[in-house]
Amino acid sequence: YLEYGVENWGNTYKSSLQPLYIFQKRAIRIPPPAKYGGRHTVTLIPGDGIGPELLSHVREVFRFSCVPVDFEVVHVNSAAETEDDINNAITAIRRNGVALKGNIETNHTKPPSVKSRNNLLRTSLDLYANVMHCQSLPGVQTRHKNIDIMIIRENTEGEYSSLEHESVSGVVESLKIITRNNSLRIADYAFQLAREKGRRRVTAVHKANIMKLADGLFLQCCREVASGYPEITFDSMIVDNTTMQLVSKPQQFDVMVMPNLYGNVVSNVCAGLVGGPGLVPGANYGRDYAVFETATRNTGKSIADRNIANPTAMLLASCMMLDHLKLYDYASLIRNAVLVTMNETRLHTADIGGQGTTSEVVQSVMRVIQSKGQLTAEL
Amino acid sequence: LCSPEAQQARADAVFKVTMVPGDGVGPELMTAVKEVFKAGDVPVEFEEFHLSEVQNMASEERLEHLLTSMKNNKVAIIGKIHTPMEYKGELASYDMKLRRKLDLFANVVHVNSLPGYSTRHNNLDLVIIREQTEGEYSSLEHESVAGVIESLKIITREKSRRIAKFAFDYATKKGRSKVTAVHKANIMKLGDGLFLQSCAEVAQLYPKIKYENIIIDNCCMQLVQNPYQFDVLVMPNLYGNIIDNLAAGLVGGAGVVPGESYSAEYAVFETGARHPFAHAVGRNIANPTAMLLSAANMLRHLNLEYHSQMVSDAVKKVIKQGKVRTGDLGGYATSDEFTRAVIANLVV
Repeated sequence: YLEYGVENWGNTYKSSLQPLYIFQKRAIRIPPPAKYGGRHTVTLIPGDGIGPELLSHVREVFRFSCVPVDFEVVHVNSAAETEDDINNAITAIRRNGVALKGNIETNHTKPPSVKSRNNLLRTSLDLYANVMHCQSLPGVQTRHKNIDIMIIRENTEGEYSSLEHESVSGVVESLKIITRNNSLRIADYAFQLAREKGRRRVTAVHKANIMKLADGLFLQCCREVASGYPEITFDSMIVDNTTMQLVSKPQQFDVMVMPNLYGNVVSNVCAGLVGGPGLVPGANYGRDYAVFETATRNTGKSIADRNIANPTAMLLASCMMLDHLKLYDYASLIRNAVLVTMNETRLHTADIGGQGTTSEVVQSVMRVIQSKGQLTAEL
Repeated sequence: LCSPEAQQARADAVFKVTMVPGDGVGPELMTAVKEVFKAGDVPVEFEEFHLSEVQNMASEERLEHLLTSMKNNKVAIIGKIHTPMEYKGELASYDMKLRRKLDLFANVVHVNSLPGYSTRHNNLDLVIIREQTEGEYSSLEHESVAGVIESLKIITREKSRRIAKFAFDYATKKGRSKVTAVHKANIMKLGDGLFLQSCAEVAQLYPKIKYENIIIDNCCMQLVQNPYQFDVLVMPNLYGNIIDNLAAGLVGGAGVVPGESYSAEYAVFETGARHPFAHAVGRNIANPTAMLLSAANMLRHLNLEYHSQMVSDAVKKVIKQGKVRTGDLGGYATSDEFTRAVIANLVV
């Protein structure tokens, strides 16, 4: 986890970013997140579809592994017109600092004033960086092998600005917003992460040949930041070409950074490459808060309550959360157990061509945890 | 997933816990805890450390050893380390030093009536949360002019907010509905005023929990007249000390109320009202209930839900049956007899 320190700004870009530094200072200092006696409290938003069942499996695995995390469950009713529920959830995350969530359904038939709850949550908490690590899993059969891509997506602006209007009857304008500040900070986040993880290359994905100003600004910001990281190679690629390259030769990519909508598309392509939405975890980081979920944010309504959903993505997301809480030993304990389980073909769920059930996978994960031997005091 | 074998979490796990028996009846209470844990096959291993100012067993070196052990284990169970009244050149006692080094800022005492032992007020259920690192316990005292002593009470915004957030987080976690801040801001307008203001600010993050405040003197009177009106109480250091003892008295005294102290990293389990009970040493009359219930809370903190329930059920059953009770609850049993009765009631 990268703490987006104010100091980094100062070092990298001296004078030009001083106003930002002042702007980013917190208005009121909120006391530290809920962690007492080594136990963390984490907000749990079950969401819709397969969210509730997957999260109850996560809780079961946590309890079984003696993970020092308590959950504060906050339900968000996606059918409700008012925003009370989601505001409640946002306040709960402000208190606890960290959340694990299932996707909340967005009903397209609702009037435009009803915004996506998921988007509202990300923007209110300023969770500007969406991080997804796509890695080929050894036990899963896919067309491409040895994929190891990190996707960093700007999460708060771009096409998701929720600014649309009908200026003249029959003409709708939808505003895509790209700002210098937000582009700089996502680029810096990507390069910092690349440096921390020992990655060698960062690719910016854009469409600056068409959107010369907006995506042009994004690209320029990435270039500026890249100059501060001489050991990391920087290049850029147009989004349409990127998707083609991804499905023909995905191994060429290392770390990718991009604006909001391209991130949405590219992350779904990548998830598909390594086995689908049931396998890949995702994280949303801001300066003060972090929210963890499955990478492709599917609700999975059609397979809800049938015990056939793949729990891997959510379990791995919970491991990312444990890493974020600095509970590294617990994270690797559970992560290893999940990976070992993935090697057993007979336990594969339907989405990756097997006949296993959700609870069989979870049972196996717990058996592996149990067989790992003593849980020592160092944990 | 809810099969019986899934009941016990990580049956192969062993947890290390630091133990400081302390002074007075502390060592006797710890023996009771160890015996019950042994009989219940509880997967906990104790690392024992002796630290005592009255028995000449306190030194910086011993404190360091203890802190090293705490750094590894994160969890401890401790008896009261007695603080002598005489001034010998050092204002801060070892008990205070330990709390400060570990930054144990929050003390929690859950005052809960024991079924079967009736007092003036029955079915009491309130939680007292006390700031434990500043306030009147700053150890800053000086004689400015001969015959005039100034004793500094320190209240800071940061620590006040921290304890307020702890109280609201605790209330959220335990599903409680009201937090009351206890203060004396009518006299100490700035110091306690800051505490009160901090509590009110933090309360805004918790719209579902009711927030009230009450002046300390009135709070004491209300506690003995109608204690049922309170849910969670949060207060600065010295008020907490007084209210802890007062509330413990409501349900049966120092021998029956468990307590615990937290920092972000560490958790220390102890009795709710901290007394060495020195005149009872060796007489086998101390009541192990408080320490046993505290030990059960410790097991819950370690995720050993099953064992925790087992120990607290056994203790409550013995009290409820009323046959074996120590002197403080009006019985004639010795500490050992009580411990044996608890062990006999363990449902393993």
